[in-house]
Order: sequence, then C-alpha cells, then structure tokens
Amino acid sequence: MAELKTEEMILNMGPQHPSTHGVLRLELVMNGEIIEDVKPHIGYLHRCFEKHAEAMTYPQVIPYCDRMDYLASISNEFGYAIAVEKLMGIEVPERVEYIRVIMAELQRVASHLVAIGTNGLDIGAFTPFLYCFIDRERILEIFEITCGARLLYNYIWIGGVSRDIPEDFQKKVKDFVKYFRPRIKDLNNLLSYNKIFIDRTANIGVLPPDVAINAGASGPTLRGSGVKFDLRKDDPYSIYDKFDYDIPVGEGEKGTVGDCWDRYMVRVYEMEESLKIIEQAIDNIPEGDVLSAVPKRVRPQEGEIYFRTETPRGELGYYIISDGTVNPKRVKARSPAFCNLSLISQISQGAMIADIVAIIGSLDIVLGEIDR
Amino acid sequence: MGILNKLDSKVEQFESGNIIITSADKLLNWARLSSMWQMSFGLACCAIEMMATAASHYDLDRFGIIPRPSPRQSDVIIISGTVTLKMATRVKKLYDQMPDPKYVLSMGSCSNCGGPYWEHGYHVLKGVDRIIPVDVYIPGCPPRPEALLEGLIHLQEKIRSQSIAKKVS
Repeated sequence: MAELKTEEMILNMGPQHPSTHGVLRLELVMNGEIIEDVKPHIGYLHRCFEKHAEAMTYPQVIPYCDRMDYLASISNEFGYAIAVEKLMGIEVPERVEYIRVIMAELQRVASHLVAIGTNGLDIGAFTPFLYCFIDRERILEIFEITCGARLLYNYIWIGGVSRDIPEDFQKKVKDFVKYFRPRIKDLNNLLSYNKIFIDRTANIGVLPPDVAINAGASGPTLRGSGVKFDLRKDDPYSIYDKFDYDIPVGEGEKGTVGDCWDRYMVRVYEMEESLKIIEQAIDNIPEGDVLSAVPKRVRPQEGEIYFRTETPRGELGYYIISDGTVNPKRVKARSPAFCNLSLISQISQGAMIADIVAIIGSLDIVLGEIDR
Repeated sequence: MGILNKLDSKVEQFESGNIIITSADKLLNWARLSSMWQMSFGLACCAIEMMATAASHYDLDRFGIIPRPSPRQSDVIIISGTVTLKMATRVKKLYDQMPDPKYVLSMGSCSNCGGPYWEHGYHVLKGVDRIIPVDVYIPGCPPRPEALLEGLIHLQEKIRSQSIAKKVS
C-alpha cells in the first residue's frame, strides 16, 4: 500500500470533544484514515494539587484528594489516609477497616460502571450507558445515607471515618449486591457480547504485556494484557488479605490478549469480584467506635513515606514528606491514569481514526487525576 | 393543547381552533425555552453530575434539553467544573462559536468563583464570568442533579421574560 501514501495531516482532537473523557487534547498525525502517531497534550485541568497540599494541614488535604479522581473519591482518600496513618503510627479500629473496604469496593463498582457505560457510549451504544447509570445511582444512594454526599465525600479521615454507618446500611448493601448480580448478566448480553461492540473493540489497540510493564501501567489496563498484578493481593493493605477473591486478567477471548475488549471485560469481571469482597465483609463488621483513633491534631514526626493502593484505575501512590509541622512539606501523587495515558501513542499506531475513541474509552482515563 | 397552556392567558384562540393570536416575543420565548440544547462539554467533577442528570435517573430529555456535541448546534453551555487558565481561551472560543441566542450556566463553585481552588490555585480562573457572561449560577461542590435542574428551570424563566424589541431608553 506504500504507493497510496498520502500527505501527512495533523488533526486536533479535543480539548472539547465528547469522547475524550474530559479536557484531553490529542494531536493525531494521520495518513489518510490511518493513525501514524498520537501526541497527548495535557494540563487543561491542572488544579495545583501539590501547591494546595503545601498550604493545607493534613486533614485539609483530603478534600483535594477527592477532587483528583472524581469518579473514585473514596479510593483516593483511602490511600492518603493510610499513608498519613503509617507516617504517624496510628492503629485503626477493626470496624473502620471493614467500613473503608466496603466503601472502597462499592466505589470500584460505581467507577467501573461509568467506565463501561462511557466506553459503550463513545462508540455508539447509548442504552448501556443509561442502564449503568441506573445501577450507579443505587450505589450513590448508599453513599448518600452514609456520608451525605453524592460524589465527593470527605468520608475517610486520618484514623477513622467521618461518621458511623447508619442502621440500615447493611441491609441496603446486601439488597444492592442481590440486585446487581443479575444486572451484570444483562450488561453482558446488552454490550459485552454484542457483535457490533466486539467488532469495534476486539483486536483494536493491542497492548503487549512487556510494553505495559515498561510504561508503568497498572489496574485494568495492565491486567487486560494478561499480567496478574493487583496491589490488593500483591502488596496487601488494610484488611484485603482476609477475603477470598480472584484477580481477573485478559485472556484474548474475542481477539488478541490486551486488546480493548479485554481491558473492558476485566472491568466487568472485577465488579463481580468486588461484590464477593463486599458480601464477605458486610456480615462481619465488628462493633467499635469509628472516631476513637482520630487524632486531635495531626502532626507527624519528621520523615517520608510512599504508600500505594489499588484504585479502580490502578496503582495510586502518595509520597509524603513531613517536616514535623502541621502542614505536609510535600505531597506527590503517582497517578495511574497518567501512566496509562502515556501508552496511547504506542497502542494506537496503525489504527483507524474511529478506533482512537474506543482506545481512549478502554484506558478509562480521568483528567483530574492526570493533570492533578 | 400543550402549547396554549405554556403561552400564557393572553393567548386568543379562534373558534375554528386553528388560528392563535399571540405576541412574537411569547412565541419565540416559548420555542427557545422548550428546546434548550446544551453543549455536551464536561470540564471536571461537575461533568459527572451533569452526566448523571442527563442519564436515566434524572432525565434531562423531559425538559427538551438534548446534549449536542458541537457548539454550532447548541443554545446553552454548561460550564461544569474548574476552568483553568489553559482552558479559559478554549472556553471563550467555544462560546464565541455558538449561534445567538446563547445562554451560559455556571455549574459549581469552581466556575462561579474558583471554589476550593480560590486561594492557592495559581492555574485556576477565579470565576468563568471573567471571560464570558453568565446567566445562572448554581452553587455547590458539586451541585446535586436537583440543583442543576433548578438552575435550568431558572434559565427557562429568564428566557420567558425576554423581548426581541430594543428597550426604549
């Protein structure tokens, strides 16, 4: 096809584009319909996280952690809270650990629902998006009765959680799990095994495992390439080692290992695994006071810590340096979506222009976390 | 006759039922406020709440509000999230591309005034009204979907009182 090579064309996609999941700008180098190179331009949502962390006290940073990855706020707070607790040497009550894990797993389901819904929406399947959001509203309802907010919670505090779970929390969570299992089957029939969806995503944007590891990819993006790496199992934190669950990986069921469909499907399987964790945890919440370990004044010793947790997008790490005052000297976040996005030029070379939308959707990026 | 209920009581209807007399203002305003097509343009956290509002649970379609991907086809732009300095020029350009009449809804504290990034956010625009005129401000961080709906209803009320004639000064 070399004789058909046309003049190189630069095409700008974004920052205002319905399928870039926020304000990402992609500079596409095109040869006709074929993508030769992709350069992502970021920084359109740079909200100065590190500057704020320098100016705030330790508990005041938590709301800014919420606003980094706004689809998975609980998971972001979780990582930060544990990092500060390790720095201060706080032992958290067992009840708090259980509540945190249940909330984090509910949040994982909610986040994956948005990822799945928008992935379908981007490539033309509108209905699954609406179904996913019905289910997500049910989770948000649980969050709302627990901490009063729908999206940005400020629920996990250093040493505890902001308030105890309400009386009917357990019943509502159990109802949700019971309601949601059959809905995953519906979703599979509606979208996952839909022939058009498979045609659009299988064998597209194939990410080989070695490339993924070299780029520092994590989360479903890495696991979609068949690498079984999940911090909940490989570097367990909180009480994740108490539960029995699997780490689903991409197997190339519909195409090649590591294609868009695999990355998508890992998220669907992960929702089922999250339900398993919730089911095991919900009946075993011990009694206790959730605020008993919350320090009156957060003032860690001089020192530094790097702590990483598994958010719905992958490995989120916090590197905190303390100089012994009430303000952190430096808080750096290692964002999973940033590393996952860096792969885009490698996996979309040679794809058609319409495929780039499917590839972005399958990477599940959140710009708030990339730009911070 | 849904139209007649929405135009107000001054509408006259002839006996045959096919002729309506009303003012041009009322007819135009009615048409504009019943089909406010919004630009599907998300900036940050509030965009997720905007998506939730547009999805099945809150269903923006019942207000005649349909997301359009292009500024050329839209009437309302919802500034849903933090406007950074890098994004501000693009927001202004998008607004300029919209055909008249156009309306701006500022959703959330960030676009109202900078919100939580007001003090230390060296890269955050302190209020989108510094670059484009805003019709309705919705407070909240993020505003609930009900708050967004309330804001849209307020905008409809605002459109209802518009006039195409120039004011005599």
